[in-house]
Amino acid sequence: MTPGTGRPGLVPPPAPAPRPNPRKEPTAMPRLTADALELAYGDRVVAPRLTLDIPDGAFTAVVGANACGKSTLLKALVRLLTPNSGTVRWDGEDLHALRPKTVARRLGFLPQGLTAPENTLVRQLVARGRYPHQSLLATWSPADEQAVADAMAAAGVAELAERRVEELSGGQRQRVWVAMVLAQETPYLLLDEPTTFLDLAHQYQLLRLLARLRDEGRTVVAVLHDLNQACRFADHLVAMRGGRVVAQGAPADIVDAALVEAVFDLECVVVPDPVTGTPMVVPHA
Amino acid sequence: MKVEEKRAREDRAPEMGSPVVARPPLAVRIGPFSAAVERRGAVAAVVLAAVAAVLAFVGLCRGDAWDAPGEVIAALAGHGDAAFVVQEWRLPRVTAALAFGAALGAAGAVFQNLTRNPLGSPDVIGLDAGAYTGALVALTVLSGTSVQLAVGSVAGGLAAAVVVYLLSLGSGLGGLRLVVIGIAVNAMLTALNSWIVLRAELEVAMAAVGWSAGSLNGIGWEDLRLPLAILAALAVLLAALARPMHQVAVGDDLAVTSGVRLSGYRPLVVLAGVGCTATVTAVAGPVVFIALAAPQIGRRLAGAAGVPLLPAALTGAVLLLVADLTAQTVLAPVALPVGAVTTVVGGGYLLWLLVREVRR
Repeated sequence: MTPGTGRPGLVPPPAPAPRPNPRKEPTAMPRLTADALELAYGDRVVAPRLTLDIPDGAFTAVVGANACGKSTLLKALVRLLTPNSGTVRWDGEDLHALRPKTVARRLGFLPQGLTAPENTLVRQLVARGRYPHQSLLATWSPADEQAVADAMAAAGVAELAERRVEELSGGQRQRVWVAMVLAQETPYLLLDEPTTFLDLAHQYQLLRLLARLRDEGRTVVAVLHDLNQACRFADHLVAMRGGRVVAQGAPADIVDAALVEAVFDLECVVVPDPVTGTPMVVPHA
Repeated sequence: MKVEEKRAREDRAPEMGSPVVARPPLAVRIGPFSAAVERRGAVAAVVLAAVAAVLAFVGLCRGDAWDAPGEVIAALAGHGDAAFVVQEWRLPRVTAALAFGAALGAAGAVFQNLTRNPLGSPDVIGLDAGAYTGALVALTVLSGTSVQLAVGSVAGGLAAAVVVYLLSLGSGLGGLRLVVIGIAVNAMLTALNSWIVLRAELEVAMAAVGWSAGSLNGIGWEDLRLPLAILAALAVLLAALARPMHQVAVGDDLAVTSGVRLSGYRPLVVLAGVGCTATVTAVAGPVVFIALAAPQIGRRLAGAAGVPLLPAALTGAVLLLVADLTAQTVLAPVALPVGAVTTVVGGGYLLWLLVREVRR
């Protein structure tokens, strides 16, 4: 497992801390649960009946082909989308019965395709994550200041604090958005395809950051496109197709050629990842 | 071990450029209350307020003849020959310019935030014209008391807002589509307004036409009591809405998941924005350009993120004062309607903005 010396071409790509035995399924009681959700945009039903528990304290990756309802599920979990029927619960309480700020102190969400208002400094954007902790006349408490500093440090953007968001690279910008959601100080973080539009190195950088946050005690739920990355980083995998959950569990337990065929219509072999030992999908030519 | 360290460093190191000198905001904290004050924004606000105060004083000196500053100060205190003229003629006019300019600037910021577009200002998307339609109806069909004018113009402005919103449904509030539809609605309402004036009785029509360009000529305290009270109430409402407005600027989804109750915020902020622009229209007629330009000039002066309310309001006050002074001076002794000045300047600005937006 020790990388070779001085020959960058042969060094294995950066990888998460090797975990030969993927972390076993967390046993803590799930706090965020979805029960028999029917999700639709207008008349178009995206998911007829979704039931799902998010394991507490784990990194959950949601995977599936395009338009399988992954993002829709995430939106329902953070109350952006009201299910036609069924209930999303937090600690047994209906999420829709809670005040918006109460939900916002528990669930942080990073949507896709964000644009910062023109001329926003990084620290100003990150400070907006403090909204649910503030009130009309208390908008910059010592706790706010501390949380923003901590969030920028955790996401590795402290040096960029005084830079304008629009002049950053894509990788930096995505970490700034993550910092904003971190400043919200929620125990749960849900991210919709956070690695999209990032180059490979920045994808891994971001995934390592998410894994670190999980190690520090947060629950992470991310929609991911790359199944191999999902297998490497996630403790719990949710595979979706056509608005239904096809399989869920630890990647090592559920990912095999049959599952990949069932979810993506892709013929492949599944071999152990040479670096981490997690399942690795190798498609047929 | 070394690899881990290197990786940790890579994760944290900035990828380009050198660190910029930290200029943290001033933390103002009194007991449980706190706010972050950006230095540049605070300086800009103080300077704008000072400029507005100086211009207001110049406005008090300006009449058919210029009065010496000393005389004006004495007049304000109630002494001297000029006391009546300054207190009863010039002071209400200057007060109106300040308050109306601020209201228009704030209304512009509200709608530019809602539409996420620098063109999405109430005078461009037909809300001023709608408010004027409402005021004309109050004037011609009803008896035209100041309460009827205020209610009529707010109703007209809201109706125009609803029409524009319904016609641009499906494309959301943002984007150029709403602006283009608003420009069309504006044109139709302007035609409707001309038709109402043509059909009106002569005296009413003459009054309406003098007012259709947007004018502060002849405004007295009795015209201002109700509008100023309404604007004061709207200012309080807008101050409370400034925080969600700031938050919604990062996107609807993020605003909701960080705790903004969007379904409550939207109607309130539309009401506040239309209320501001319609109240001004009820008294002074449609004064264009201020709502369009003030938010953009203000945010640049303040170096602010997005389109904040306070710089927009202060810049609006300064712009309307300058425009009104110009209107009184440029063809003296003829006093032009202030709207004529703002239309000439604003037309050029609007063209430039349209060209730039369409090229995007």
